[in-house]
Amino acid sequence: MCGIAGLIHKGKSSNVGGEMTAMLQALKHRGPDSTGYAVYGKPTEGDYIMRLKVAEAEDMHKGRGIHQVIVDRIAAVEEILAEHGAAVKSKESVTEYALRFVLGHEGDTSVMAEHIEETEGVEILSLGNGLELIKDLGDAADVAGLYGLDKFKGTHSIGHTRMATESDVDIRSAHPYWAFPYNDVSVVHNGQITNYWIMRREMERKGHRFMSNCDSELLAVYTAHNLANGITLEQSLRNSIEEIDGVFTYLVATKDQLGMAKDTMAAKPLVLYESDDLIAMASEEVAIRAILPEEIDTYDPYDEEVRVWQA
Amino acid sequence: MASVSDAELKQMSQEERVTALGMRTEQLTGKSLHIEFDPDAEERFTYPWAPEVDFNKRTEIDTVDMTTTEVNGRIRELMAEGYGTIVLQNPRGKHSLGVGILSKLNLIIEGSTGYFGVGLIDGPNIRINGRVGWSCGENMMSGTVMIEKNAGSTFGAAIRGGDLVCRGSVGSRTGIDMKGGTIIVGGDTGALSGFMMQRGRMVVCGNAGKNLGDSMYDGTIYVGGDIKSCGVDAVEAELTNLDKAWLTRKLTQYGLMPEKGVDHFTKIVAGKQLWNYDNLEPSEKKLIL
Repeated sequence: MCGIAGLIHKGKSSNVGGEMTAMLQALKHRGPDSTGYAVYGKPTEGDYIMRLKVAEAEDMHKGRGIHQVIVDRIAAVEEILAEHGAAVKSKESVTEYALRFVLGHEGDTSVMAEHIEETEGVEILSLGNGLELIKDLGDAADVAGLYGLDKFKGTHSIGHTRMATESDVDIRSAHPYWAFPYNDVSVVHNGQITNYWIMRREMERKGHRFMSNCDSELLAVYTAHNLANGITLEQSLRNSIEEIDGVFTYLVATKDQLGMAKDTMAAKPLVLYESDDLIAMASEEVAIRAILPEEIDTYDPYDEEVRVWQA
Repeated sequence: MASVSDAELKQMSQEERVTALGMRTEQLTGKSLHIEFDPDAEERFTYPWAPEVDFNKRTEIDTVDMTTTEVNGRIRELMAEGYGTIVLQNPRGKHSLGVGILSKLNLIIEGSTGYFGVGLIDGPNIRINGRVGWSCGENMMSGTVMIEKNAGSTFGAAIRGGDLVCRGSVGSRTGIDMKGGTIIVGGDTGALSGFMMQRGRMVVCGNAGKNLGDSMYDGTIYVGGDIKSCGVDAVEAELTNLDKAWLTRKLTQYGLMPEKGVDHFTKIVAGKQLWNYDNLEPSEKKLIL
């Protein structure tokens, strides 16, 4: 079933971490397996924020050897960063397997990202100037508490509560997906993609990598491919309705935009609220009411509807 | 049935004829149906256990800190105490509010509800001063539901009776599988509205999305605006004076009468080229209906 939510403040920052937590907690019943956030803080030109995981949450219960493996993997990542001339300005680890780096780096980061992911067991969750992508097992309150998201200031955010139907309950199959290696692009999805393998093979032939067997990852790769080829976000969303089969409603966020697309059958829900300074959307009205308790006007977008908002 | 000739049928009494045609009588075992349709019972049109409520007895429930189960339980308690007008404050998108009310009641919801609002009802008059989520009024049997703002998809799915009215626009698959009653939409409706409709009437004052009335068996859809496309076997029919009179009466009743009247409405019915009731044996027909 899965629950998705998104919000974007126009021209101002807000506590998007706290707001998204309230929205996702209200959607907990749609998916209790894992919760993920993509939050966008103030972009820092030249500095990159990299979130990565060096093991799965369930790996931590697989014997004492894992701790040394994690130390080795982090050392390998730091070595690759140094090779690419990335200055580590700060390094935090909220859990043993999830780290946050602030990097000083000039030029293209995609090769560096590819090299880091060559390290076994290491997956970059996000890389960008503004994007921070956090996902872990448990509900929104658990994840927000663990990663200190309650006070995150930013302009926009998308989030996801996952009910695993197509692949495993683990962090690699949790949403949001970062559109590797395209900086600051993330995707959340509710639905099932029926031409996943055809599209995946097509994307793989074009040189894109897949980290999981989750059909939603395809949307992230697909969007990254389009954006890399100079297609606008809005056009990419429109093309996806033609090219991707199945039932889906998905949200895409970039450094300063938030977009949505709904399939031809309008089979997956989305409720929208729009005002001059805030746009909020979620699978259920109850999530929007979690941050806007007063009486407001909301509506359901129709089939094949595509919208893009600017921060 | 194939084994009975027309000549034989003419000789039979009405009772023998329906039996020969495959109709069967049966003792309904469902407790409520059995009691409700007892021919010896006093003539009454409410369920025997329905509480006697007084519409002038009014109360309010602030639902902000309550769960859906608590709210629906509280409504029943208040009805048992004789309250005939109940107002729900601060629903804030809660799901399944006001479901399963099987007797007369004025229920007013001051705000928006989530999914499956006021489904499975039989008799109450409900006004929702807000928006409703997916599947509002699903399977309603009778009564009136009035929604002041927009509604989500599968609005009035499988309704069997009563009037379900939305002043705003509704989502996709409105009146999917509807088996009776009336759905009235003041604004637009999305794709596949009236999908597999079997009976009843649906009125859309605004525009309708693609595949309107797809695979409908029977029933009538009236659209005041543009139709993006009709679905399989949904065809346009002549808007008769009887249709116009009915539309005028219904739309006037709910304050949705367009200024330019009802002459511009398009009437959509089933073309009956697909497998439909008329092709079925009476016994099969009975199973479906």
